[in-house]
Amino acid sequence: MGRYILRRLLISIPTLFVISAVLFTILALAPGDPMAQFALNPEVPPEVRERVKASLGLDQPLHIRYAKWIGGIVTGDFGFSFATRGPVTDLIVQRLPNTLLVLGVAYTISVLIAIPIGIISAVKRYSLFDYGATTLAFVGISVPTFFTGLLLIIVFAVKLKWFPFLYDSRVVVSDLNTLGQQIRQSIMPITVLTLFNAAQLTRYVRAEMLENLPQDYVRTARAKGLHERPVIARHVLRNSLIPVVTLIALGVPTIFTGAIITEQIFAIPGIGHLLVKSIFNTDTPVVLAITFLFAALVVFFNLVADVLYAVLDPRIRYS
Amino acid sequence: MATVTRPVATAPENVWATRPPRSLWGDAWRQFRRHRMAMAGLVVFLTLIVASLIGPYVYTVDPNTVDILSAFQGPSAAHPFGTDDVGRDVLARALLGGRISIAVGIAAMLVSILVGAFIGAMSGYFGKADGPLMRLTDMFLALPPLPLLMLIIFLFRDPLRAALGPVAGIFILVVGVIGFLTWMPVARLVRAAFLTLKQRDFVTAARSVGVNDSRLIFAHILPNALSPVLVAATLGVGAAIITESALSFLGLGFPPDEPTWGRLLFDAQSYIDFSPHLAIFPGLLIFLAVISINYIGDGLRDALDPRKTG
Repeated sequence: MGRYILRRLLISIPTLFVISAVLFTILALAPGDPMAQFALNPEVPPEVRERVKASLGLDQPLHIRYAKWIGGIVTGDFGFSFATRGPVTDLIVQRLPNTLLVLGVAYTISVLIAIPIGIISAVKRYSLFDYGATTLAFVGISVPTFFTGLLLIIVFAVKLKWFPFLYDSRVVVSDLNTLGQQIRQSIMPITVLTLFNAAQLTRYVRAEMLENLPQDYVRTARAKGLHERPVIARHVLRNSLIPVVTLIALGVPTIFTGAIITEQIFAIPGIGHLLVKSIFNTDTPVVLAITFLFAALVVFFNLVADVLYAVLDPRIRYS
Repeated sequence: MATVTRPVATAPENVWATRPPRSLWGDAWRQFRRHRMAMAGLVVFLTLIVASLIGPYVYTVDPNTVDILSAFQGPSAAHPFGTDDVGRDVLARALLGGRISIAVGIAAMLVSILVGAFIGAMSGYFGKADGPLMRLTDMFLALPPLPLLMLIIFLFRDPLRAALGPVAGIFILVVGVIGFLTWMPVARLVRAAFLTLKQRDFVTAARSVGVNDSRLIFAHILPNALSPVLVAATLGVGAAIITESALSFLGLGFPPDEPTWGRLLFDAQSYIDFSPHLAIFPGLLIFLAVISINYIGDGLRDALDPRKTG
């Protein structure tokens, strides 16, 4: 087992290298000067611009810059932002809690909703409940998150005035009052992400349950006189959850990219919001860092999914 | 494929004359028609296509006429979808926007299917190419699509716009980038189909009479690998429409005077507190397009699944 994990880990490293090289090349080949902000400013004399360029290491050839960048990443240093002149790592660390809070809560609620609904839907197939749940799930995966977000704002912020329009990041939870404020402003973004992810997960759970229900081992369990409840909970559910758990792991990077749009709608200052802002500002180091982090998330959760699958399913051999 | 068991000679000759043989696609169509939501989806999606194609000729209100005095009007008989911040008719703009949004969806799907089918076919047919191509596929799967799309479009839109014009340049860029970032599932499907199909007797038979590799791939194996691709292609159109709208929604899509559905939503955001109709109508159109496509894909999957054909 340990050796299997180690080998999978070693395979991920070259993937990350290739991805980092691709990202770096795209940004390096991009037309337009990454120093445009300085170049356009007539106040900056040319020799100062050259000095700034040299201080940021931009006067060196591409492969050296790449090597330095990669060397920095290993130690957790993503360079300096063009916009704030501060370390990129600080910027990301500052924004990360906002993103993690909304995403974490939304994904947890999605899983907690999706599993029971998926189970009931599959067990009572073709019932009114199943019909309602599958239709809702279908609608859920078909509404783009940016439209759900705008609809929620129209209904709950503009018309009903239940929740604030935009997210206020200055709220620091110190007492019951600010806690309520934090909860109220988090409800809409969390709902948007929850609706989409719960819909998708419900479909997975239902499909996996339906895959397992007609199997021989289920008939055997019933034939030996087991009640329906233990048959479902102990036999069918446990087998169905193996692929679902890996799908939940594989879905984590996707929900992070989904956060880009949600954070944009509600103006949550998370890393997705930072990414969009940095792209428009041509803040190359920040863009590189966040895109690379997203790619690293994908690679990491692929690894987690594979390992989980191997741990949960004894039929999988680690060779 | 399936062997047709005909009743023995007792059946009179004219029975076969009156009843044409059932084909795979005929069966699939019969099955598809039974899927009510899929048929509804087909009708809705075709309506949206027809509306955006001939709508601007039937509903002849000019989408670009500015009329400041009638800005921000809600839906009325004169303006069924209301008017925007400078008094332009939203229905006319939405009809025009549908053209671009649907065209982007279909074109991006075609790029992704062509690339995916090619890589999948090469990888499934030629054993030597399999390892490297699948590693390439895995690498592409690890690339985060939305950030990368935003990045590439932001970096390269100005030169392409200068070279090919504002609409054509962005169209090619958006379609190309979406296509080249979404071909991986198709490649895997095609590869899996090729791996099983190339062992079949009909392929061996074709090869033994001297059919060359390219004919074997394109004329013999590929047509039999199409059904999963068709489902993926259908769902791909919906996904591409969402992606394009998301990009436009983030302000990274078509130029402001080109009203795609996502762009209309992006513009509506600033006025959402007093003119919600600006967001609701384009949003509903995106939703209708995507859900109808998803239902079509669902119906196709059931219709093409040999286990379900009865």
